[in-house]
Amino acid sequence: MESLKSNKLNRRNFIVNSGIAGGGLVIGFNLFSSFKKNEDLGKLNSNSNQNEFNSHIKISKSGDITIFAPNPEIGQGIKTTLPMLVAEELDIAWKDVNVVQAKLDREKFTNQWAGGSMGVMLAWQPLRKSGATARQMLINAAAKKWNISSADCFTKNGSVYNNLNQKYTYAELVDDASKLEIPKNVKLKDSKDFKIIGKSVVNVDIEKIVTGKPLFGLDYKEDGMVYSCVLRPPAFGQTLISFDSAESKKINGVIDVVKFENKVAVIAKNTYAAIQGKKALKAEWKNPKILEDSIFHKNKLNDLLDKGKFKTMRKDGDVEKAFFEADKIIEKTYESPFLPHSCMEPMNFFANVTDRKIDLVGPIQTPDNTSKQVAEMLNRDISEIDLKMTRMGGGFGRRLRGDFVIEAAKISDIIRKPVQVVYSREDDMTAGLYRPAIHYRIAASIKNNKLTGYWLKEASINSNMYGLIPNFLPAGSLENYQVDVVNYKSEISTAPWRAPYTNFLAFAEQTFFDELSEELGVDRIKFHLDLLENVKGTTDKRIKYSPERFQNVIKTVIEKSNWGENKKGLYKGFSAYYCHNTHVAQVAEVVMKNNSPLVQRVVCVVDCGKLVNPLGGNNQVVGGVIDGVGHAMYGEFEFRKGSPRAKNFNRYKLIRMDQSPKVDVHFIDSNHSPTGLGEPSLPPVGAAVANAIYKATGYRLMNQPFVEELKLKKVLG
Amino acid sequence: MAIFNLNVNGKIVKVDTSPDTPLLWVLRDELGLVGTKFGCGIGSCGACTVHLNGSANQSCNLAISSLEDSDKITTIEGISDNASHPVQVAWKENDVAQCGYCQSGQVMKAISLLEKNPNPNSDEIRKEMKHNICRCATYNRIEKAIVDASKKNK
Repeated sequence: MESLKSNKLNRRNFIVNSGIAGGGLVIGFNLFSSFKKNEDLGKLNSNSNQNEFNSHIKISKSGDITIFAPNPEIGQGIKTTLPMLVAEELDIAWKDVNVVQAKLDREKFTNQWAGGSMGVMLAWQPLRKSGATARQMLINAAAKKWNISSADCFTKNGSVYNNLNQKYTYAELVDDASKLEIPKNVKLKDSKDFKIIGKSVVNVDIEKIVTGKPLFGLDYKEDGMVYSCVLRPPAFGQTLISFDSAESKKINGVIDVVKFENKVAVIAKNTYAAIQGKKALKAEWKNPKILEDSIFHKNKLNDLLDKGKFKTMRKDGDVEKAFFEADKIIEKTYESPFLPHSCMEPMNFFANVTDRKIDLVGPIQTPDNTSKQVAEMLNRDISEIDLKMTRMGGGFGRRLRGDFVIEAAKISDIIRKPVQVVYSREDDMTAGLYRPAIHYRIAASIKNNKLTGYWLKEASINSNMYGLIPNFLPAGSLENYQVDVVNYKSEISTAPWRAPYTNFLAFAEQTFFDELSEELGVDRIKFHLDLLENVKGTTDKRIKYSPERFQNVIKTVIEKSNWGENKKGLYKGFSAYYCHNTHVAQVAEVVMKNNSPLVQRVVCVVDCGKLVNPLGGNNQVVGGVIDGVGHAMYGEFEFRKGSPRAKNFNRYKLIRMDQSPKVDVHFIDSNHSPTGLGEPSLPPVGAAVANAIYKATGYRLMNQPFVEELKLKKVLG
Repeated sequence: MAIFNLNVNGKIVKVDTSPDTPLLWVLRDELGLVGTKFGCGIGSCGACTVHLNGSANQSCNLAISSLEDSDKITTIEGISDNASHPVQVAWKENDVAQCGYCQSGQVMKAISLLEKNPNPNSDEIRKEMKHNICRCATYNRIEKAIVDASKKNK
């Protein structure tokens, strides 16, 4: 994922850094090497009024325990899950924990971000170690008081006990503990002793959510704050020639109109005046050479697939030879549209730029990276920036990019007032950063009724699949395998979108698998299991999926969905995919209702290693499945003359409750380290649905959204 | 600008604003009741749902001048003390929310649904709740929570 690169996070980085955090010198549940040097706990505490046990765990005299959640919350549940890891090893009761969102703090943490389904995976060791280290220090403090060995003490629910059943509460020990040396190599709990990890915990903000308390970016208010709506080019590639603000300034509540870059900002006393003021602006725009249409993108991507200059991402054996020698070649092309992220909370951010400092408040997945960009843009020192993260009304990758934060800072710098920049829904949907439109062309060679070669080509807008994806199945299972990519640089801006690339690639490949197995006359499930059988014992280090775990989720979904059982009018489709280090298999059940397909149920089996929070984990998987069904079925987003035709939810169809399947989730019981959960349930489901629709209609879907395609091809009459 | 008297959550409040201002923005920017959310501004998503005389209405579509002095407006903040309404309780018990942004609108819509139809079946719930979008797709749990709350009504 590009955003991860920009944060300089990669696997190697993580191992090196977590090695430091895991060495026991650093306490606190910083994800990576948070401290610049190995500060000792006593020093950290000397400045704090005895209550702050360390920078991340606060224990009050009355016994209240505060755990700071370091990562931004976008609905992935990380504000609940990460503190669970600390609380488990600290050995306290969950009901005694008060979770508080940490602000961006580059002294204590680095890489406070949300993306790539990596939060729990990366925090699993370091956060538990910090909880365990704190617990060991409390034990050592009690042992000293009793003048006994630490080995003769144990902890339970926030107290240290000795063999005589005497106890000190943690609150009573904090002062003493903070003066002790930080122990090295603390022992983590055995998973059979977990009391919090593996138990269902409700979202820590649920009470505030159901009572409407201020939590989100748009809820943030400050005295003297003004509001701003920004007029941006209506079509991609346009530049501002001139504007007229006379009508805008007549609107009650409009304070000022300012131009910056290629945009015009209306400043107003309230949000509605800002929205109305923006609508009243008149502007003239200069067109680029081409105002891009969807048909232009379609032709461009198909041209690239035909004769583009590809970059090869993986090459095993010799596909060209296999294709030359083949009895038969199957080749299919799959097409997807651009998609907006459609976070329910439109983009917004608060900024107050003064000579002394810069305050930023709002919803952002990448606070650290964004702060750096703001500092650079305003030519200010990064230390002058104070960024507070609010809960986010959705992210889906859109809030990995801080363009709207930069806008807010720029406007505040011009007007020198605290300002909240607010996107209307139309701004949010039309101002850019979409999932890129992508075409995949997949070809397979067959000889003697055996699959001998597989060739995947990607033509995408602006960027291509990243490093790991070419190594997903069927990579590793075939002698001749190749992945080639090419892209077209468009005026339309693009960004990662939940499960980047795989959100469509999995659809293409898993429907292709269906077609291929049918062509070969092999059972679909057996086809998939056999490919995985070929991978067993591989020495290829690039292959990160486990053929055994992959086969297990497939076999489990077959059992849980009663795959072989046929019911009249009920059509089943299968799909399985590995991404974000998690193995997923699904069966979708489709019925035809009013001459249109309706996904009634999806059975989903997931192996994400140890499941930290079954309730929250289940929610992630169910949400990902319905999201995947919705965009595959209904997500139509067409460009005409450089701008999207859909500008709001009246035209752009997000899935609604009456279209949503019931999702039955089964997790594989596992003691492997936890892996991603926010994204991996989404990619396979499009194919599961398409494969079921094929059974219902005899039509092979190759383009999204399905409903449009079925209408276009008059499949439904 | 004009002065309007509103009855919000049982209190009479005076607001000085443009007559065309939607109730949504009066609640959020003038009265500080930010539990009612801005989602689309055209009555398509339901994030701004409030009760007008006990019935679910999308406040982004209600100009302040269209309201009568006798109209009673209830927002998520006025539903109960301590989140004790059966729908709120069911929402907590089912851990309905993910990002949470649309949920106050969902809760308001669900309460209104149950007041009209205390014992809705699955089709009735889905038909009524389709007016409220949840981008995180918490729909399965919304349905379950409404069924649970309806049982508590008995």
